[in-house]
Amino acid sequence: MSSIDPQLVQHIASLANISLLPGQDVVFAQGFTKTLDVVEKMNAIDTHDVEETNQVTELENIFRDDVCTPDRMFTQSAALANGPRTHNGYFVVNGILEES
Amino acid sequence: MYTTLTLTDYITKVRRKEINPSDVVQELQSDIDKKNPALAIYLAQNPDASAQSSERADLPLAGAPIAVKDNFLTVGMKTTASSNVLSNFLPPYESTVTARLQVAGGVILGKTNMDAFAHGSSTETSDFGATKNPRNPAHLPGGSSGGSAAAVAADLCIAAIGSETAGSIRQPSAWCGTVGLKPTYGRVSRYGVVAMGSSLDSPGPIGKTVEDCAVLLSAIAGHDPYDATTSTQPIPDFVRAVGAGVAGKRIGIVYIDHPHLVGTPAAAAVEAAGKLFEKLGGHVSLVGLSQDGAPGTVLSPDLAIAVYTVVQRSEVSSNLARYDGIRYGNDRTHFGTEARRRLMLGTYTLSKGYAEQYYKKAQQVRTLYRKNFATLFESFDLLISPSSPGYAQKLGATADNPMFGELEDMLMEPSSISGLTGINVPMMRDTESNLYLGLNIVGNMWQEEAVLAAAGAFETETSYNPWKKTV
Repeated sequence: MSSIDPQLVQHIASLANISLLPGQDVVFAQGFTKTLDVVEKMNAIDTHDVEETNQVTELENIFRDDVCTPDRMFTQSAALANGPRTHNGYFVVNGILEES
Repeated sequence: MYTTLTLTDYITKVRRKEINPSDVVQELQSDIDKKNPALAIYLAQNPDASAQSSERADLPLAGAPIAVKDNFLTVGMKTTASSNVLSNFLPPYESTVTARLQVAGGVILGKTNMDAFAHGSSTETSDFGATKNPRNPAHLPGGSSGGSAAAVAADLCIAAIGSETAGSIRQPSAWCGTVGLKPTYGRVSRYGVVAMGSSLDSPGPIGKTVEDCAVLLSAIAGHDPYDATTSTQPIPDFVRAVGAGVAGKRIGIVYIDHPHLVGTPAAAAVEAAGKLFEKLGGHVSLVGLSQDGAPGTVLSPDLAIAVYTVVQRSEVSSNLARYDGIRYGNDRTHFGTEARRRLMLGTYTLSKGYAEQYYKKAQQVRTLYRKNFATLFESFDLLISPSSPGYAQKLGATADNPMFGELEDMLMEPSSISGLTGINVPMMRDTESNLYLGLNIVGNMWQEEAVLAAAGAFETETSYNPWKKTV
């Protein structure tokens, strides 16, 4: 039975790029532990030579021709239209490089 | 006057020129103005619905006003997935489902409330407030397509579109007393649907009658080059299938011997449904539950809860990574509690050191379910069970219960993770509370016709459907 502590929750939050509200690390830790209790019921069944199901369609390698389909292309303005910060036709992001 | 029309009757009356589409739309809009503030069904309405319905009167769907779950991208109308992350998102492209719906002559009446990002079975996790069950507003409508099911139940649309990952069409349909069809995975395109569990998501119709669902399915189903997981399987005549009956069909009753269901009204109602199908010429027998899926038994849904929990949350952690607040939407601090919870658990179950224990194991157990169904469908054409273990729960029931959805959807998770098709039809009404129980009829992949035929027969022979054919 896996137990999740608030510190692990903080770590998972940083992996998932999620900010936690104060106290959520404790609340989520309790919730995750409960959830994993249910999940670990899977361990009762033997799957040692069972293949995984990654998808149920049994389709493989669905390709299309490598050509432009103009009716599905965004104009630059359509692509930028929902951007909270744009500048001269670019999306604006926070800087990550420091000036040397 | 017009709001209680079924889709089929609406189309007939428009074709006979007995009614004007715009009159129907305007009456619905007037009712929405009156009832929506209390029921919180619609998040947005289409201001051009009336004009569009007149323009499309001669098309197959005759301008029918359809409520659409707010996870379908609709150009010109905000699409939010009921999340603050997408509160101002105006889609630059249209989902295949809503495009096909409109080409067929349907009109989007409005976008309906849902659990935020479809993470739930109650519509209580919507960032914009909970929808109330129109049958009894102190109760939940179910979810995640709660708004769409409620719109149908309240006669605030002629028909609706929802989506199901594990119960999200069938369960709110059960709780709201409507018909809801989950098509086979790959039958209907997911292009332009806000992605949740990509190996599970199945868009489908919610309607007043089985035939209405068949009509809508015909309009939206079929291979889509924009969704590589859609099938090139031919589209049968779904509408014709509704009247085909169950004579000679081998029908298995499943799950009613589960400890949660023994002695419940839901189990009794399914047994009664079994007797009715026998009377109509079906061959009905009980399939016993097992913990290992041995031949002749049905694998207990308990393990499907575990499988679905892991697979869904893992796929969610990947699908919700795109919300960076840079190209569209508000940043990740705007996620609600449930989205954070699921996203983080999925990150954990896919992470190094844990992916084998959780994700791989879940996908292996998923195979066991598929194998169990494959064996069962050698002996049976259809399987029936309750859709939900009980009646719609009260508002607030989901608080402090991180596994609420998975437990509620327990009876549908096996068929959902296996990609099968299933339908909910109303099978019992409690006269005191006015709440419904629903019958879940499941078929093998691509067997919507058999599912629709059984559902149609049940609806015809019983009186639980409030909207039976009037024309």
